[in-house]
Amino acid sequence: MTEPTGPNLPPESPEEAAATGTLASRISLRQRSGGIVVPVLTAVVAFLLGGAVVAATGHNPLRTYNDIFNGAGLNWFAHPTTDTALTAPYNLSQTLLQTTTLILTGLAVAFAFRCGLFNIGGQGQYFVGLFVANWIGTSWVTMASGPHILIGILAAAAAGAIWAGIAGFLKATVGAHEVISTIMLNWIAIWVGTYLFGKGGPLQNSQNSAVPISNDVVDKARLPVFWGDQVLQGVHIGFFIALAALVVFWLVLNRTTLGYEVRAVGFNPEAAAYGGISVSKNVIRAMAISGAFAGLAGGLDMLGYLYRIGVSDIPVSAVGFLGIAVALLGRNTAVGVGLGAFLFGALLFGTTHGLQSGAIDPQLASNLTYIIQGLIVLFVGADILILYLWNTRRRLWRKAQA
Amino acid sequence: MPEDIVLEMRGITKEFPGIVANDHVSFELARGEVHALLGENGAGKSTLMNILYGLYKADAGEIVLRGKPVTFTSAKDAIEAGIGMVHQHFMLIPVMTVAENIVLGNEPVREGLLLDEAGAEQRVRELSHQFGLAVDPSALVSQITVGQQQRVEILKALYRGADVLILDEPTAVLTPQEASELFGIIRSLQADGKSIIFISHKLNEVLEIADRITVLRRGKTIETVLREGATQESLAKAMVGREVLLRVDKPPAQPGETLLEVEDLHVVDDRGIEKVSGVSFAVRAGEIVGIAGVDGNGQSELIDAITGLRRLQSGAVRVAGRECVHASPRQMLDAGVGHIPEDRQRRGLVLEFTIAENIALHDYAEPPDAKWGWLFPSRLVERARVLIKQFDVRGGGPLTRAGGLSGGNQQKVVAAREIARDPKVLIAAQPTRGLDVGAIEYLHRRLVEERDEGRAILLISLELDEILSLSDRILVLYEGRIAGEHEGEVSEEQIGLEMLGGRREAA
Repeated sequence: MTEPTGPNLPPESPEEAAATGTLASRISLRQRSGGIVVPVLTAVVAFLLGGAVVAATGHNPLRTYNDIFNGAGLNWFAHPTTDTALTAPYNLSQTLLQTTTLILTGLAVAFAFRCGLFNIGGQGQYFVGLFVANWIGTSWVTMASGPHILIGILAAAAAGAIWAGIAGFLKATVGAHEVISTIMLNWIAIWVGTYLFGKGGPLQNSQNSAVPISNDVVDKARLPVFWGDQVLQGVHIGFFIALAALVVFWLVLNRTTLGYEVRAVGFNPEAAAYGGISVSKNVIRAMAISGAFAGLAGGLDMLGYLYRIGVSDIPVSAVGFLGIAVALLGRNTAVGVGLGAFLFGALLFGTTHGLQSGAIDPQLASNLTYIIQGLIVLFVGADILILYLWNTRRRLWRKAQA
Repeated sequence: MPEDIVLEMRGITKEFPGIVANDHVSFELARGEVHALLGENGAGKSTLMNILYGLYKADAGEIVLRGKPVTFTSAKDAIEAGIGMVHQHFMLIPVMTVAENIVLGNEPVREGLLLDEAGAEQRVRELSHQFGLAVDPSALVSQITVGQQQRVEILKALYRGADVLILDEPTAVLTPQEASELFGIIRSLQADGKSIIFISHKLNEVLEIADRITVLRRGKTIETVLREGATQESLAKAMVGREVLLRVDKPPAQPGETLLEVEDLHVVDDRGIEKVSGVSFAVRAGEIVGIAGVDGNGQSELIDAITGLRRLQSGAVRVAGRECVHASPRQMLDAGVGHIPEDRQRRGLVLEFTIAENIALHDYAEPPDAKWGWLFPSRLVERARVLIKQFDVRGGGPLTRAGGLSGGNQQKVVAAREIARDPKVLIAAQPTRGLDVGAIEYLHRRLVEERDEGRAILLISLELDEILSLSDRILVLYEGRIAGEHEGEVSEEQIGLEMLGGRREAA
């Protein structure tokens, strides 16, 4: 029998043919080789199951996904136009805005992961970045535009770094687990924000003391918009800052002694200590760098398109938590986080504001994002199952051909 | 040989993903015979015995016990058929008495449900008398020595009616005295008609106790020979597949200035218990000082304190005359201390890193590897390529993951890294643990060469043979103290006595 080359079966890669070890060693080989099969399958299965939920509620999953696709502006790629007054380019620009945020919150999780730490506190670190950027963007109204923006962005990143650094410090000194302390710090950030911008709070709107909302970031402190209209949430230059952050992430990890230390501690803290690397220093530093990414996300959002924050916005935001799914799906690599952020950015906008659908209730659609997110987090933890199913299918196919 | 064959294993084949652990292995055991199963780590000894004991199922082949073909699906089947196994790691319950452990799972009862403790102790006493296995049936397992625990394991097997006894590396945990007592026990069991399979990778032991020796190499039976006519050299050759130099060729030491000095060192372990209590010694350039001792007598804490990995309570460590109290691991490295750690996989290597990255583990932040915090991976690779060749690391190149190498080659990577830094003091902790004969030969030769280069070498090993053949001076560590110091010829018995604190275990 000749080897089947049906459309469903990609040809066997030489690497896979060479791998004759156990299932676990094959998985690790695939992970090391940056294999894309499992993350893609993970996403596909999550979408299929999400579709099943849609079907179970009596809606048409194909039409729903088509509407979400259009809602995210992805149909723009078929008919590109730069006129953002039209629906498709506008939707796409909004997807890119979400992507910008998610790249950075994803990196915040991924960097800590590479040091063996689980940073659940991206949300809190994002908030403090948001708050600090709002404070700076609404103060010093006489400052020149360039320095004002720069200070705002750097201060937001620094705030995130300090916020996460607290968790790192507690872990390094008294051994408090970072998962617990970052979750606690999320709540502290939420209530600090509620106080700051709430009625009578120090950063509450100075014109109207009746609404629990901040002042607006002054025009000069707003990030330049390169696509679309500033009034209508155009895409700001923070998008490029996020792309640059992906490159920086890769460079720091793979081309600096700092990255070497982070990876050594992440893989084997005992061997790192034996090698002369201080584990506690790296735990604090890796958390701080993680937090800087999330804080930067908050700073860019505030100066890029939000300009203000209301107390009621705080509990709704989930971009920090979505960063966990982005990092897991992207396997904590730069390219993976970039692609994962785009996927979730599209879902986030495509199931909410962008959605114009007769096929599905918008409320159900926005829940779909979280269903898919949850499934992806679940599946990434269950790589073995996915790979097992994949191999079984391959075997069955061969058997059927024999 | 006696014709009375108790057990025959024919054509046993067992395949694990990616490796054939047993490839048509045949083995036979006569009544009253001690038959040694000899082979390096990974040769397939344990797999074969686990198949016999019902823990694994063979892919092919048959087992014939007392003339009848048998298939065991669990250890219970094997035990019922009269096979007993004493594992390397004992499976005893420390809080229960010797007698309770022995009868566990098959307890004598009185009045239908109560444990007949007196009966159990009586039965154990009979057994231990019959086979000359001295243990106190009413003692708690946690309070008896390792050697006695092993006897309890043997008694447990006998109590369950075993007449085929598998002993898996039984001397690995014993002192020389305990080992020779074990050999006495084996002989009395043999005289009683029991058949014994003795698993080992130690040539001298096998030649001392076995009637026949079967050598396994890479899952295949190489040969079965009678003890008469076999020599250490011939067995080593069969095990490794080539001629092996067993003796370490070692010219007399030419000691120079003192490079490592330890003075009145006190160290506590993680639980705050003092493990090193006032140890003092010195190591000079060009000599190997060996530290002998039973595992857990403070060796790990001593090494960690010298290398800066553990804080010392009091005392002093001097490297080449420089005071190094409370130094960090980094400072000790910079002072010129190289360290081959006792656990290469947990501490010596980052298994997920490449060989090149592992070789840079101490120097990754210094030129030429890095400059101003910027790392140059190509230079790491270059350096690794040279060392891989120099230290004869096989099975991969600079970009191979360290975890993918065999144990011997992993250890060569560690040795290459430590020696290439040109340390004044080299601490080698169990440098050949778990390695095969070929790799041991290489590392021993290398250590002597480094000694002759003028390094001060501190060798810590649980293998007394290793200590005796490499050391110029020997210290014996017992309960955190130096219990003996020897220069020149010293007998194994003398050191064995000191390893037990000078007290001989009550027989």
